[in-house]
Amino acid sequence: MDIHFTADQPSVEEKAAVDQELGSPETSWDGGRRDVQSDGRVSFGGHDAGSHRHKLLPTLHAVQARIGWISPGAINYISLRLGLPPAEVYGVASFYHLFSLAERPPVVAHVCEDIACMTRGSEEICSKLESTLGPAGKACMVGKAAWLRSPCLGLCERAPAAMVSTSGKSPRERVLAPATAEGVEQLLRDGVDGRLPVEPDELSVKASVPQAASPNLVLLRRVGKASGTSLDEYRKTSGYEALRKAIEMGAEAVVREVIDSKLLGRGGAAFPTGKKWEALMNQRKQGRPHYVICNADESEPGTFKDRVVMEGDPFAVLEGMTIAAVATGAQKGYIYLRGEYPFAAERLTHAIHAARKAGLLGEDILGRGLRFDIELRRGAGAYICGEETALFNSIEGYRGEPRNKPPFPTVAGLFRQPTSVNNVETLVNVPEIIRMGGAAYAKIGAGNSAGYRLWCVCGHVARPGVYETPFGGTLRELIQMAGGVAGNGRLQAVLLGGAAGAFVAPKELDVPLTFEGTRAIGATLGSGVVMLFDDSVDLRKILLRIAQFFRDETCGQCVPCRVGVVRQQETLERLVARKPLGTAGTEVRMLREMGQAMRDASICGLGQTASSALESALNRWSLFS
Amino acid sequence: MSDLAPKALIPVPRGPVPEAPPPRKRAMMELKIDGQTVSVPEGSTILDAAKKLGIDTPTLCFLDTLTPVNVCRVCVVELEGSRTLVPACSRKAEPGMSIKTDSERVRLSRRLVLEFLASSVDVSTAPQFPGYLKRYAADPERFGAKTETVKQPVKVDNDLYVRDYSKCILCYKCVEACGVDAQNTFAIAVAGRGFAAHISTEFDTPLTDSACVYCGNCIGVCPTGALMFKSEYEMRQAGTWDESRQTQADTICPYCGVGCDLTVHQQDGKIVKITSPLDHSVTHGNLCIKGRFGYRFVEVEAKPKK
Repeated sequence: MDIHFTADQPSVEEKAAVDQELGSPETSWDGGRRDVQSDGRVSFGGHDAGSHRHKLLPTLHAVQARIGWISPGAINYISLRLGLPPAEVYGVASFYHLFSLAERPPVVAHVCEDIACMTRGSEEICSKLESTLGPAGKACMVGKAAWLRSPCLGLCERAPAAMVSTSGKSPRERVLAPATAEGVEQLLRDGVDGRLPVEPDELSVKASVPQAASPNLVLLRRVGKASGTSLDEYRKTSGYEALRKAIEMGAEAVVREVIDSKLLGRGGAAFPTGKKWEALMNQRKQGRPHYVICNADESEPGTFKDRVVMEGDPFAVLEGMTIAAVATGAQKGYIYLRGEYPFAAERLTHAIHAARKAGLLGEDILGRGLRFDIELRRGAGAYICGEETALFNSIEGYRGEPRNKPPFPTVAGLFRQPTSVNNVETLVNVPEIIRMGGAAYAKIGAGNSAGYRLWCVCGHVARPGVYETPFGGTLRELIQMAGGVAGNGRLQAVLLGGAAGAFVAPKELDVPLTFEGTRAIGATLGSGVVMLFDDSVDLRKILLRIAQFFRDETCGQCVPCRVGVVRQQETLERLVARKPLGTAGTEVRMLREMGQAMRDASICGLGQTASSALESALNRWSLFS
Repeated sequence: MSDLAPKALIPVPRGPVPEAPPPRKRAMMELKIDGQTVSVPEGSTILDAAKKLGIDTPTLCFLDTLTPVNVCRVCVVELEGSRTLVPACSRKAEPGMSIKTDSERVRLSRRLVLEFLASSVDVSTAPQFPGYLKRYAADPERFGAKTETVKQPVKVDNDLYVRDYSKCILCYKCVEACGVDAQNTFAIAVAGRGFAAHISTEFDTPLTDSACVYCGNCIGVCPTGALMFKSEYEMRQAGTWDESRQTQADTICPYCGVGCDLTVHQQDGKIVKITSPLDHSVTHGNLCIKGRFGYRFVEVEAKPKK
């Protein structure tokens, strides 16, 4: 390919940032110094020339972190280094919210304005910041800082939340939750003065895992213990026993146990994990590379369980993935972590290094000839990249647009090879299944909802946090476990499953929290969100925010979703303002028609569920008559 | 000739010219569409099968010469056993499938897709739209006058063609034609996200600074007139564009030896644009800058030789 560049040149700093990520260029063909002797004796072509695209996202991250924005010169240099057309690199960079393509101050605060934070005063924080620092997105503190409104930061149990990032040679990230306007301002000032601490956050077990002291915990039993950072501690608490056992059992037996356990995916789609692994195992003889991916792009508003697990028990995630590798024959794994989780990134990076050093990842795991390694990939602010096929495109260096299915990921996934994508919580269940046996695991829980589940209890609740229960309890029991309704104490609604989930009314609190139970009342467990709203909340405002969320997060690829979420938001806005076109009834009918078209005709789950919370509310309350 | 010089040994084929092996016989399969059974070779799409039965499926982002991207979703059909509707243009036919192409669900989704597009994009020069809107009784006005649209100033940054993205339905065809499906130039890509997603060069730089080689293959595939010959654009602006007064003639491009087929469109004795037939074995609708835009010499009257 003959790549054409504009005249824009990269700065020395931009070049350094890219070279630090990709290594120094070898010849002037890929951006190095001109050397008449060597330049004429190299050829870049064939597979080699086209095989670097998957490095695009990390390279864009490197420039964003060092410079604070990505300039035309930087895009040119990245394109040259990776052999990509600048128009495509620009197309990819402009897809992600955490990348800025216009000059921006080096210190930026992302202030969450999503539904969980709305119940805890995020609107007041934003309006305060508006009066002290000026409007969102505008430079403040003599041009050195800015604040932005952000979708859910996944810190809902400590809402309201904010995250500050600074760019430069040693970029820093720091989260703040619960946040105040003064706290955000102080962090921005610390960032400007270069006083941000290195550690992005600390795990507050008391705030995030209210059950922490309970002896009955399984998935959460290590969270808050030293095993989060120490491999020895992890091993002392039966860590890596399951992997040892899995290697002895072999792939077929591991897959059998996982199928027998009736484990269903915990990311939201509830697909049987064992079936996925079996599909990959059966293709091993074809000799194609297989991949396992841990989907840690937890971006569903109200969801934070995966973050707490990764921060508190990162080795369990690695062990679960390595057992997946035993079962599927994959030699390479990726953890796709959302960009807004700096602390989880740090903990996972540390854990991966420690595991490699101890021979628990790499060429010869446990001396048993198993080959498997894990790469951590950070997203860059795109909810859609949690959709598995969009996630593939994102890792491969394309825009995070979902692919049409079929072909399914187990046949043609990452790099068009057989791939198993599993949620963080799903994977940490796996070592437990292997240790206790699939049949024993299947007995825990209720009916086809087997095993343990993590719940993200937040909003107007007395003790928000991640809760672990075996399947089978009711919503009422869970709320009681979390100390009951907070706020003014009068429950108005519960949102199950996040923005893509459904509202349930107080009279439905006795619904069993199982896949079947929630389905029976037209709701879903989704990613385990249980968000409470007291009756002081204007639900219409919450619905508007959800509509705005989908409008901001749709990838824009297919028409029903790209335009549908905009029309949905506009219609809702008219209804809330009591200025309907025609009557409120015609507007509501139109909302339902749009909902059906989005559900039926969109490519992926985002469009298919963009109206589900809204419709669930319309089914339960007459909000607009 | 020196002894050191290599001998010119060019192998000359002898004997009969080898024949290409016969195409592999593709197995046939049967499926049911709207109650009728149809048999198609494996690898066919639902769209192919529907076509075979004479069912007219609306399409916008589909073109025979490009890889289906299935983004417009106007071709969706109801497949028995599938939770959602499926795109006919890209979904491969499978034996035993049972499909409805005109059910209530299909009609609703198609109508909404058309309403979504026609309420956000200027479809005044998109030839399929009036027919489709009527067929599905679509009413784009029902979303009111204050809806968000993609309206923006037209981009005129070169002498050959204009880009009016107020008319862009984001079908990805121009990106495919500029990229691996035809030209391999990669001057444009989809940028931005959501409703703000758009076709763009890097940093929206003018075409003259971009990688564009002015082959005009993007114009050839554009279904809405968002990409247009400047000559056509100017005549439309002046109100002189009149397709009823136009004639088309097919000829061979006079420039090189490839033998591209040109369809010359002329109005009032002047060439107004040049296209190439999609089904032509040489071009598949594609041309280069000379074939597509280098026709002005025809209009220069030959000067008598002195």
